Amino acid sequence: MAGIVGWGCHMPRHRVKVEEIAKVWGADAQAYKKGLNVQEKSVPAPDTDTITLSVTAARRAVARAGVDPAAIGACYVGSESHPYAVKPSGTTVAEVLGATPECRCADFEFACKAGTEAMTVALRLVDAGEVTYALGIGADTSQGAPGDALEYTASAGAAAFLMGADNLVAECEHTYSYMTDTADFWRREYQYYPQHAGRFTGEPAYFKHVLGCAKGILDKAGLKPEDFAYCVFHQPNGKFPATVAKKLGFKKEQWEQGLLCPLLGNTYSGSSPMGLTAILDVVKPGDRILHVSYGSGAGSDGFVFRCTDRIAEVQKLAPQTRELLEGERFYLQYGEYAKFRGKIIMNVKGA
Amino acid sequence: MRDVAIIGVGANPKWGELWGRSLRDIFVEAALAAMDDAGVDRIDSMYVGCMSSGLFAGQEHIGSLLADYLGQRHLPATRIETACASGGVAVKMAALEVASGHADVVLAGGVEKMTDVGGADATYALGTAADAEYECYHGATFPGLYAMIARAHMDRYGTTAEMLAQVAVKNHDNGALNPMAQYPFKITAERVLNSIMIADPLHILDCSPITDGAAAAVLCPLETAKKLTKKQPVKVAGFGQATDAIQLAQREDMTWLESTAQAAARAYEMAGVEAKDIDLFEVHDCFTIAELVVMESLGLVGKGEGGKATLEGRTARDGDIPVNASGGLKSKGHPVGATGVAQVMEVVKQLRGEAGDRQIKDAKRGLTQNMGGSGGSSVVHILEVA
Amino acid sequence: MPSASYTREIPQRYRLEAGKCSSCGKIYYPPRLVCVCGGRDFETVALSDTGKVVTYTIIRVGPSDFVEEVPYGLGIVEVDGGVRLMAQLVDVPLDDIKTGMPVRLEFRKIYQEGEAGIICYGHKAVPA
Ligand SMILES: [Zn+2]
Repeated sequence: MAGIVGWGCHMPRHRVKVEEIAKVWGADAQAYKKGLNVQEKSVPAPDTDTITLSVTAARRAVARAGVDPAAIGACYVGSESHPYAVKPSGTTVAEVLGATPECRCADFEFACKAGTEAMTVALRLVDAGEVTYALGIGADTSQGAPGDALEYTASAGAAAFLMGADNLVAECEHTYSYMTDTADFWRREYQYYPQHAGRFTGEPAYFKHVLGCAKGILDKAGLKPEDFAYCVFHQPNGKFPATVAKKLGFKKEQWEQGLLCPLLGNTYSGSSPMGLTAILDVVKPGDRILHVSYGSGAGSDGFVFRCTDRIAEVQKLAPQTRELLEGERFYLQYGEYAKFRGKIIMNVKGA
Repeated sequence: MRDVAIIGVGANPKWGELWGRSLRDIFVEAALAAMDDAGVDRIDSMYVGCMSSGLFAGQEHIGSLLADYLGQRHLPATRIETACASGGVAVKMAALEVASGHADVVLAGGVEKMTDVGGADATYALGTAADAEYECYHGATFPGLYAMIARAHMDRYGTTAEMLAQVAVKNHDNGALNPMAQYPFKITAERVLNSIMIADPLHILDCSPITDGAAAAVLCPLETAKKLTKKQPVKVAGFGQATDAIQLAQREDMTWLESTAQAAARAYEMAGVEAKDIDLFEVHDCFTIAELVVMESLGLVGKGEGGKATLEGRTARDGDIPVNASGGLKSKGHPVGATGVAQVMEVVKQLRGEAGDRQIKDAKRGLTQNMGGSGGSSVVHILEVA
Repeated sequence: MPSASYTREIPQRYRLEAGKCSSCGKIYYPPRLVCVCGGRDFETVALSDTGKVVTYTIIRVGPSDFVEEVPYGLGIVEVDGGVRLMAQLVDVPLDDIKTGMPVRLEFRKIYQEGEAGIICYGHKAVPA
């Protein structure tokens, strides 16, 4: 079966701390930090969007894969923050890489699960023999309404996976998807910020689908938690994925490497895929990884990856996810953050 | 080719933010002043230097417009554009037309009406003199480009912010004596260094201002000059023009203006003189650093020595190489298309002994250097008492 | 309507494609049709994405499309191989920008044609 031949991650260097946001809204920072298990989140500068994050992540994936970009036959970006309402993000990414013109492209959107759907389609196009390599990218510069609980986590980042049939670093042994129509989180056309259904986003939404998907793929594969070196789940906060992991019977050493949310926030479509990159950075040949995403609306995609001998050769060929997460960071005050995120009302040009 | 003389010069009386005056108003004022100065009421041809009437005033095709408003309808009239060197090149084209025998009395004018747009739009309009796709695209501004030249000059030669400030101080000392100057007052180095930063290391008082202004000169064959005017004719002894890569990044040496060096070499050769034979210099100090690099590229001082020479007072009116006795672009103002013509006007007045309180004693020969972009174009004239 | 001019610069802006003169080997960024040596045959080569700052400034008063970006670092970067190009200097405190600083070119949004127009991308330099 097809699998990953290269992976790459990218995130902004700017951060805002939970305390800085809580201060503005008179909220209890400690309660949020404890309740959400999040300390700070990444913030995209005005020159950073889903396309630029995707490009850098994709370049790193191609660098690890060491393949001719012209052989990339599909480029799929999954995001809920595509810079254009109409005009694909993927065309720019493919053009930068040099994958055009023989390349398939369309953007994906499914709340936080768009990235894993892009990965699945990329994998299956390769399996079908349609293309030699295909890129599946999850990226977002996600927005949370000012003052809303989401503002403490909505962040920015991207993960890119170049899928192929040979020279694999991780074979995809199984995929599985679990999906219902559930109105837990949405954004209507022309609205700046998404809305959510409060506590309804938990049990009937996140947990039902993530657990349903995880159990489904384990059954399908005939595998148990102890068959995995690592697991990673969608990270709307730092608490939910740990709860899921424990319910499924995973141990801390299996899930903590992929849990980025406490320092990164929720990068929506980039969330669990970025966690997967952090795992790929450190896995050993032969290790198995369980990856389950979640997107409101609602559904989860599951993947079982098994790493090959080649992975050790490519882990250092591009910046590693935890280096980016824990490296040099620039902390913003709320005013700067508001400016960066376009939350300040400006004059219309020419007015 | 015939020898060429300048027999009249003029400008609109006061440069600055002329809210009540239009592009055509200020040009016609300047042209009439030059024609009155020359004592002529007809001209055979006209060149107008103007960088960007399109972006500043929404008006192109100003040759036709200005000839008509000057009362010279049907005149051959041509706009010249070489960014901020447009005025200087207009003078060169007028001189060539007279020299060729194609026309006898030719007006060289320059004009820029800059204050009808806001600051950001003016910055954008001026920026179009740089490479639009590979400099402006990345947010370059003219202060920014000259700031990068300044940084490189500081890194290589140890030029300091104090040296740059002294250029502004000296030019304001001169401009304080020039009635047409936009900012005719003295400033101190401390004030320059404490003024707000525009593009590090350039403060706002290192920069020439946004100015509405126009200037004009009337040229004719030297042999008929004395018949046309009672004033001292000034001979156009030499001129030269040259270009360089428009992109700063593509210059061989960012601390040197090769276009200026080559334009000057041609002018010196045509006039048969060297820098040391010249009594005063009007140069393109759009930013303080520009004056230093221009002085070096003209050969007035050695490479990297412009700042030291300025601190020593050598470029003051009583120094051995007086630079910008008019106040320069810095104090007099910089209506970009008019600047090169106004430099010629200053030298003509100095050579005629009409420069009032800022008169350079016994000035017999002067040089103007006018520059476009970050040095992509340069034009040099050498004028002397006929 | 900037779409046409934007689209035709994509190879240079997105992939840092330059033209190398087949006669003398000089590399031009952006590519040209004729070399100073007179050569008219060029090979397309991609510039290195790493280099160093050779001069810089901090723009504090920006042109119309950049007024909300100020202050920003702007410099000339000499990429490995010697070609120089202009780029903004980002992801670095302004006071830390220095001549000679090693940098890497990263894909970024440069500006946009207003809220409703096209988004213009290219490269900026970040600390290497
Ligand atoms: Zn060549």
